[in-house]
Amino acid sequence: MIPEIEELYQEVILDHSRRPRNFGELPDAAVRVHGDNPACGDEIHLAVKFDADGGLEDIKFTGRGCAISQASASLMTMKLKGKIRAEVVEMLRAFHDLVTDETSEAPKNLGDLRVMSGVRRFPQRVKCAMLPWRAVEQALEQRAGEATVSTEPA
Amino acid sequence: MHKIASTSVDWSALREDFPILREQAHGHPLIYFDSAATSQKPRAVIDALRNFYEHENANVHRGLHMLSSRATEAYEKARQRVADYIGAASADEIVFTRGTTESINLVAQAWGGKFIREGDVILLTVMEHHSNLVPWQLLAERTGARLRFVPVLDDGTLELEQLSSLLTPEVKLFAFTHISNSLGTINPVAELCEKAHAVGALTLIDAAQSAGHLPIDVREWGCDFLAFSGHKMCGPTGIGVLYGRAEILDSIPPWHGGGEMIVSVALEKSAFKKAPHRFEAGTPNIAGAIGLAAAIDYIEQIGRPAIFEHDSQLARYAAQRLTELPGTRVFGPKEERGALAGFVMDAAHPHDLTTFADQYGLAMRGGHHCNQPLMRRFGVSGTTRASFYFYNTTEEIDRMIEILHAAVRFFS
Repeated sequence: MIPEIEELYQEVILDHSRRPRNFGELPDAAVRVHGDNPACGDEIHLAVKFDADGGLEDIKFTGRGCAISQASASLMTMKLKGKIRAEVVEMLRAFHDLVTDETSEAPKNLGDLRVMSGVRRFPQRVKCAMLPWRAVEQALEQRAGEATVSTEPA
Repeated sequence: MHKIASTSVDWSALREDFPILREQAHGHPLIYFDSAATSQKPRAVIDALRNFYEHENANVHRGLHMLSSRATEAYEKARQRVADYIGAASADEIVFTRGTTESINLVAQAWGGKFIREGDVILLTVMEHHSNLVPWQLLAERTGARLRFVPVLDDGTLELEQLSSLLTPEVKLFAFTHISNSLGTINPVAELCEKAHAVGALTLIDAAQSAGHLPIDVREWGCDFLAFSGHKMCGPTGIGVLYGRAEILDSIPPWHGGGEMIVSVALEKSAFKKAPHRFEAGTPNIAGAIGLAAAIDYIEQIGRPAIFEHDSQLARYAAQRLTELPGTRVFGPKEERGALAGFVMDAAHPHDLTTFADQYGLAMRGGHHCNQPLMRRFGVSGTTRASFYFYNTTEEIDRMIEILHAAVRFFS
């Protein structure tokens, strides 16, 4: 097998894409964000419930897409569930650096998310990895109701 | 193994004419299966561009010096070459544009702006590329015209039985693709033109996927407009063609204003040249037109019937071999098809497949191919597309099948 392929599609990523965690509905969600990537038709529907301090009490997603976007969403929801707002903002920045910046050292607090670092060698796939994160960013901003985000600014 | 029917063409020798085919991709010999997006360029076309810039470069139609005469002559000779290539009655029926998209926009804006009124209908098909859909949506929004669509059947062909009920007297234009860029369907263009004309509608053919693959005869087909791009038929990017029947072109007002397209200009009002110059404001893509003419010369040396036979056999072979792969659905007609095969696999998303294949030197396209309504019609968000040209081989298709088998093992 080609090393770049194995680096991009690490076993953890394939596992999460085949069996995404936190995949499903969240009936009492405070905010729902519909994210789409018009370039490929991938979509994610993210549902978030906040605790009293604005932290992420629960987070689930549905949708369809490539292995990268599905695994990214699955890993992200596992990581962010129970995090306070400031931590989420910090992770968002750290994850963006992880998948875009060749020189960045993967911060330890990203944990399992560090398996996504292979994306940085595939610039066309950064949007796939970032789609769920764009949705969560919008959810933080929105706090309530429904919103849409897109990888292509309209 | 399946063999391509023998013709007098030495196909493997033709590969030598394409310098880029010697490139490596990620350490593997390049297999270029994305010619429906843009074709590769033969040495003859690259040389023609270089020759123009080294020996003929000047602006056209206004200089009185030697180079300007040379450039003008070469540019207008290219126009005649295009006219002959598609069976047009005269070079005056050939407008140079940036490509198929601009050609269709010209018709939608300039012709549509003058002749389309509220309540008129533009008939399209569900398989149109966004470039033959969005310009008509914009026109409909501006004028209050309505759009109608010929449905697509499960086998990827048009539902022609619907035509008689769709083609009512309100239809002013029927615009359709010759070959679908996602399905490979070859539409019966002459029949469609005839039926449209029977209710007094004009016709526009999107020949982007056919102009470099099939003989085109606008007079035999009886179409009123035909649009195509140079870069999908061995020519440079940024040059395309709009054919318009002379009497129709002459009835259309200009769409872009500027130099080159005027007879005389006063401060308040100008008089415009006749077609095609009326539609070519500003300095045109002179080198592009000359490069396109060189591409036509190159294609004609091989011969379009031979190219079509070769390419469609490659596409049928690919479509048939793809069905060997587990959980794979191939789109489009089984028998007669253009030079491409679109498919989806249960094992992997199109973007994962194309990323995977690329690491083996295999260039394919994954996504909606500017065909979102058609993708929805078939219940998918996108497909993987392998598209071919005369420089591709059955051995390359065999290699693609091996790579896809590896992808199935990897992603399952």
